[in-house]
Amino acid sequence: MIAVKVNSVKKTFKAEKSVVTALQQINFEVSKGELFGLIGPDGAGKTTLFRILTTLMLADEGAASVDGFDVVRDYKEIRKRVGYMPGRFSLYQDLTVEENLSFFATLFNTSLEENYDLVKAIYQQIEPFKKRRAGALSGGMKQKLALSCALIHRPSVLFLDEPTTGVDAVSRKEFWELLRDLQKHQITIIVSTPYMDEASLCDRVALMQNGKIMEINSPKGITENFKKPLWAVRGENMYQLMQTLQASEAIDSCYPFGQYHHVTFTHAIPDSQVASELAKIASVVEVKRIPATIEDCFMELMRQ
Amino acid sequence: MKENFAISVRELTKRFNDFTAVNAITFDVKQGEIFGFLGANGAGKTTAMRMLCGLSFPTSGQAMVAGYDLYQDAEKIKKSIGYMSQKFSLYEDLTIRENIRFYGGIYGLSDHEIKTKTETLVHQLHLEEQLNKLVKSLPLGWKQKLSFSVAMIHQPKIVFLDEPTGGVDPVTRREFWTLIYEAASKGTTVFVTTHYMDEAEYCDRVSIMVDGRIDALDTPLELKRKFNAPSMEEVFVQLARKAKRAE
Amino acid sequence: MKQFLFFIQKEFYHLLRDKRTLFILFGMPVVQIVIFGFALTNEVKNSRIAILDQSKDEATASIIQQLEASQYFDIEKNLQSEADIEPAFREGKIKLVVVFPSQFQSTLLHTNTAPIQLIADATDPNVANTLTNYASAIILDYQNNIRGNQDFPYTIETEMRMLYNPQMKGSYNFVPGVMAMVLMLVCAMMTSISIVREKEIGTMEVILVSPMVPLRVVIAKMVPYLLLSMINIGSILVLSVFALDVPIQGSLLLLVFECFLFTITSLALGLFISSVTNSQQTAMLISLMGMFLPTIMFSGFMFPVENMPLPLQVISNVVPAKWFYYIVKAVMIKGLGFFSIWKETLILAGMTTVLMLISIKKFKTRLE
Repeated sequence: MIAVKVNSVKKTFKAEKSVVTALQQINFEVSKGELFGLIGPDGAGKTTLFRILTTLMLADEGAASVDGFDVVRDYKEIRKRVGYMPGRFSLYQDLTVEENLSFFATLFNTSLEENYDLVKAIYQQIEPFKKRRAGALSGGMKQKLALSCALIHRPSVLFLDEPTTGVDAVSRKEFWELLRDLQKHQITIIVSTPYMDEASLCDRVALMQNGKIMEINSPKGITENFKKPLWAVRGENMYQLMQTLQASEAIDSCYPFGQYHHVTFTHAIPDSQVASELAKIASVVEVKRIPATIEDCFMELMRQ
Repeated sequence: MKENFAISVRELTKRFNDFTAVNAITFDVKQGEIFGFLGANGAGKTTAMRMLCGLSFPTSGQAMVAGYDLYQDAEKIKKSIGYMSQKFSLYEDLTIRENIRFYGGIYGLSDHEIKTKTETLVHQLHLEEQLNKLVKSLPLGWKQKLSFSVAMIHQPKIVFLDEPTGGVDPVTRREFWTLIYEAASKGTTVFVTTHYMDEAEYCDRVSIMVDGRIDALDTPLELKRKFNAPSMEEVFVQLARKAKRAE
Repeated sequence: MKQFLFFIQKEFYHLLRDKRTLFILFGMPVVQIVIFGFALTNEVKNSRIAILDQSKDEATASIIQQLEASQYFDIEKNLQSEADIEPAFREGKIKLVVVFPSQFQSTLLHTNTAPIQLIADATDPNVANTLTNYASAIILDYQNNIRGNQDFPYTIETEMRMLYNPQMKGSYNFVPGVMAMVLMLVCAMMTSISIVREKEIGTMEVILVSPMVPLRVVIAKMVPYLLLSMINIGSILVLSVFALDVPIQGSLLLLVFECFLFTITSLALGLFISSVTNSQQTAMLISLMGMFLPTIMFSGFMFPVENMPLPLQVISNVVPAKWFYYIVKAVMIKGLGFFSIWKETLILAGMTTVLMLISIKKFKTRLE
């Protein structure tokens, strides 16, 4: 069953003297119960897409539906059944955790008790602080509270706009564990993030850049589509190594990735000769063949 | 404290009422080093960084920044450091030229210096055509690169970068780090916080704060060996999971 | 309904937890009444006056001496003719001129009555009023003294002339003015800020994407400020009756009803502001410059509308506070009933309805 369907959606904004295209020809479908990721940097158009799907904005062209309801015509129906956590969402800082929750519960004509099984896992983590004002919570806790608030009415589709931006690696990990957990309840989740490494945690992802979807696939499908052999290279002086490699004709791309540089060659070279080829260009300590990550794929797509 | 350290911190502490945000941290940062300052949300990174920039007074402890004492010469410290954060960087409603002019002005550069600086900076970032456009019309990645260059306009001894690459696309993120490398190779000390763990690997040394204390400080290679972890992310998770501080 | 009530409860949480704002909202009316009531109508001492004595006899000399002796007046100069009066005022130092007609004493003795003219500079109505009252008291005093040894009572008729502001607006009229100001500030500014704040922190997006009807959101936002305003009206009335001795001449019920109406007007204005702004700063600026200032300028409370150039008088008609000010003055000070103010009430109600309709229509169910 299709939970979200987007068909040729286009959106432009008028800026001073010019028209900015926020979204161009967006097409995709999300099945019920899927965890779908919109991966892309700030300004890729993720938030605009979310606002169109949550009926907060009208597209210039194209159509979209959520749970079978048209986002323009049936917006009232959609508003009853989606959960939404906007990007800059910061809850009511001057209300306590408990008050925030019950406010959002009543907003959707429900109560914490009614859907307790759904939010239980998350709520238990924030329950010790339920009398605390939301403004006094740490970043990770705020995200969890916001997620509980978005879930409290048992939405059939959950839209999370950059829930992990600015959150540390540990809290991010925990947050994604919570999302995977939610799939048991057959909730469709659409989540956006600028962190490429989070893509591998989704069922399927759309890589977005400049208002376009560059590719839609499962994380595995995307990384398998990386055509060229990819090599991780380490040297004594990493910065110098990068400059030398980037300047070389034989090297197609060289990007730093943590302690290694990820390198592709302009022309195909047999695996056995790679080490010696590299040695001709620069002094290298370690070379190994590696599978591509989502980030490699994203950068490759950006180059095209 | 030795002179050749850009930053030298001894038992630096900051308390807010009965809450100890930064708990007696001690570390040195060498000149020209890229120093990664990591920690979970709420571990005390921002508070520590504010003290080092002279924006907030420590409760106790000693610190020398750029050769000046934190208590006596906070104003001199401000002149010898650059600061850039993800949240505040440039004025969106001013043009690129006006922003550079403004920041050059507050650091006391002469008109001539500002002019030559503007030229080299704009050339370096390939912004010639955008020079008279409003900053808000630039893509985020360019803004961040520009804002870094502006933070470096007065050739500070140390530059503090607070999550400089949040939300930036992967290519621009790497271009940004190229700027950092260049600055460091010219002798500027770079003090940087980030949530991208692969970026931690680019640093010469990394410190990880947990509950207001520095729990680990070493080169990325050495840290991974010590914690028997394949990546910095793993090191970070191992340490941050130990955090007891109620969030 | 439960949804709606909880929304209102939430608004009260916001309101009650922001102690500083709350203090200002409740403290402001009290402070304003006190400032206007006591500071501005304080006793006037050593005011400079001029005398035009066209009689120069025993009686006038005696009155002048008593004026001179009082702590309220300093005689700055003696004028020679009526033509000197206007220039004397224009210099700006003189606040009051006492004019004795020729043959004052003989007129008084022969006809038992004589006039004295008090001409005051009424650009500052409070001062003018106080000064003429003091002068009249001194003249009355003299009249009573000479009466003691005569069979027939003498009457000196003090004739007062207020220059520049003949209607003598001011005195106690600030109470309705303060009411208009406070209601404008509390309702228009606070409502707009509280709605715009939700836009800023992003909660408005979530509320819009909920089944809650936008109209209810708006009404729930208004209720706390409506209540707060009624409390403020209460405290202003109590203060003015018991501390300033400004009695409520007309019907209290009618007065409260009119205040309620104007509160709704202000709330509608606040809602309107919030629908055209996206930041708290802009909302505050618009409320202050666009709502608060016209209230002060055009309601007639600080500056008499009748003396303004015609275009400004026309503009003043679209300021709701003008009508409210008129109504409250009529009910509270003059003691008039509903039949004397139904037209103004109707105008105010009309304005409110139009504003409310526009704002609700403009209150978007979507962003952008």
